[in-house]
Amino acid sequence: MVYSGIGVRDQLQLAIEIMVLQEFDFAAFQLDTWFEMQMAVKKARQEKHHSPANTGAANLMELKHGESGILDRLDLPEDDARRLMELGFLPGHAITPGHSAPGGDPRVFRVDGSEVALRRETARRLILRPENSNNNAAKES
Amino acid sequence: MSDCHGCSVATLPPPAILSRRHIVAIVGPPNSGKSTLFNRLTGLRQKVANFPGVTVEHRMGKVKVEGGREVFAIDLPGVYSLEPRTEDERVTHDVLLGQMKDLPKPDAVLLILDSTNLARHLVLAAPVLSLGLPTLVILNMADDLKSRGGGVDVAELSMQLGSPVALVSASRGDGFDKVFQFLAGATHTAPRAAPLMQLPVIQDIPKCRAWAANVGSKGKYQAPAPPHWTRRLDAVFLHPVLGPLIFIVVVIALFQSIFFWAKPVMDLVQTAITSLGAWVGSLIPNPTLHSLVVDGVFNGVGSVVVFLPQILLLFLFIGILEDSGYLARAALIADRTMARFGLQGKSFIPLLSAYACAVPAIMATRTIENKRDRIATILIAPFMTCSARLPVYTLMIAAFIPDRRLLGVFLGMRAGVLLGLYILGFLAAIFTARLLKSTVLKSKRSSFMLEMPPYRWPTFRSLGLRLIDRSKVFLRRAGTVILAVAIIIWVLAHLPVHNGQPPEIGQSVVGMIGHAVEPAIKPLGFNWKIGIGLITSLAAREVIVGTLGTIYGIEDPSAKSAGLQQALQQDLTLGGAVALMVFFAFAMQCMSTVAVVKRETGGWRWPIIQFAYMTGMAYVCAFLVNKAITLWF
Repeated sequence: MVYSGIGVRDQLQLAIEIMVLQEFDFAAFQLDTWFEMQMAVKKARQEKHHSPANTGAANLMELKHGESGILDRLDLPEDDARRLMELGFLPGHAITPGHSAPGGDPRVFRVDGSEVALRRETARRLILRPENSNNNAAKES
Repeated sequence: MSDCHGCSVATLPPPAILSRRHIVAIVGPPNSGKSTLFNRLTGLRQKVANFPGVTVEHRMGKVKVEGGREVFAIDLPGVYSLEPRTEDERVTHDVLLGQMKDLPKPDAVLLILDSTNLARHLVLAAPVLSLGLPTLVILNMADDLKSRGGGVDVAELSMQLGSPVALVSASRGDGFDKVFQFLAGATHTAPRAAPLMQLPVIQDIPKCRAWAANVGSKGKYQAPAPPHWTRRLDAVFLHPVLGPLIFIVVVIALFQSIFFWAKPVMDLVQTAITSLGAWVGSLIPNPTLHSLVVDGVFNGVGSVVVFLPQILLLFLFIGILEDSGYLARAALIADRTMARFGLQGKSFIPLLSAYACAVPAIMATRTIENKRDRIATILIAPFMTCSARLPVYTLMIAAFIPDRRLLGVFLGMRAGVLLGLYILGFLAAIFTARLLKSTVLKSKRSSFMLEMPPYRWPTFRSLGLRLIDRSKVFLRRAGTVILAVAIIIWVLAHLPVHNGQPPEIGQSVVGMIGHAVEPAIKPLGFNWKIGIGLITSLAAREVIVGTLGTIYGIEDPSAKSAGLQQALQQDLTLGGAVALMVFFAFAMQCMSTVAVVKRETGGWRWPIIQFAYMTGMAYVCAFLVNKAITLWF
């Protein structure tokens, strides 16, 4: 969280300084740095409000940005559940919400090394492990 | 080959019958780079067997291996498992088990997995290896794995799986020696040992996943760092405001470029065809034959071939969107809108590819699990403006729409009208979808699950192969259907012969047929020549351009230098021209589409309903547009 406490003007100044200092791979570096700064600032802001671990969200829909949860079960018809499991939504796996379509639905979820978009009503049926059982939530037997 | 009798799992058995070629199936999850591998192996020696009349629905190609032998490779649809639930998975399942009609069971399998996500992709290895076929496990994206700090012990993994393993980069062509060795049957790896890891029960996904994790860790698999660039690009492309905005800009840029970038090339092609026609014509002394070749063939076929650059440009754009991974994001953004019309985001990908051609689009609907959603998508796909409509639109727009600016420098009037026609087709599609989903094809909102592939640079190779493939299809059609129609039209325009003289075109057989249908199309503002064009375009939309080229070429041979545009300008009203474009926006003038709908829906019911509905809509709307324009101007 190096850049967490600084304002927009400092951010810009820092960006300019970095750009001037960095002579190689100019275009790529510029964008890289910019995003890293953005993300760092965003993350710092979020961490003020919630801890990054599971904060008592009951299903995927309730997970906030920056949180993650352990999947407990899929409350869906057999066919849909199988398909989701093939995509990586297996009980015991950690799931993190990502970007979404405008309006927040569908949303992308990161699970088991890939990113899968789900509609709201599907995400709601993927039930997370309650917080207190986190200790015995060993990763996938 | 004989010294490895049953000794190596990596070696192809000698062919039972010498004349028969080996068949190798390429299997892998979606986005694992199957098609890139296939292109890399076969190059230009492949065909997309996806048009009606050609029975097989997957890509096949020849691979040259050591010693001049050839192996057939089949590119199968991407699957996560071998449980046949969607049509796509059924094709893969049936081919691998040798249950596909007219296709023998494959002799070997190339299982391609994404090495950057190996632990999860290895899940597919369990059912594939348990088939017992000689299998080479190909770990793709080796360059990505390395640059993101991951790694794997290939030899160890191979021991664990009991099959040879190759680490390759299909897009860069690294590590292919092993693949070719496998195909040549020349790898004398360890004697066939049972895999160190017992295969799991393949129906149990959690067990399979645990097995895969175990194999991965035994194979010293180091997962790479997350794809930072993909996250960063998604922050832009999936931004709540920027995302949709970028999509709109991309679409507008596409239409502008179709007019501006393709124009010089099209002019060049036009000049080449005209001078070639003049040169060939000068070699033919016989006046009748001269007229057949110049007026019939060159005017007819030539006026269609001119549009090849535009069509290629369109395919290039769609190819870039698809190969880069942007299309999945577009489907995500579109899902809510699609849901409003009773469809889902997954329908968006076939619908977008229907902008190129409805035939592969209708086949792409196989990934939609819900049967009713799938039929609804098939029924509306031909409304999307396919590339065969482009010649008709461009011809009419260039002849009737003034070249003015509409939105400053951003959008010209001609590009604007073209964009409008594309939107019109889209509106007709969603209107129809709504109609279908609220009546005959009603179903509850189905689930939408779509994997977002990481962004990747499209390779010149795969884009180039797409364009070459598309050019072949287009030119083949120009050389067969359109050529035949041009000759038939020319002959019919010169019959019946009176005293050895061909008749005035209006009195010829073509003229008589045209005049016979004229009363039906007069209310739309069309004359009898357009009527002939409408009849011939039932074969394929762009045929009308060839037909009109032939008819106007015969009618006034001196006008051919002035071109078809000028001839139309004098012969058609503005109302009739716009009505013709509207008619083509809605009508289902394409036999290939009718055939593929019949095959995919399993009967004549849906194609007949679809054809009647679309033609009826086209007629009514063209009539209204013609009346409105005639009243206003």
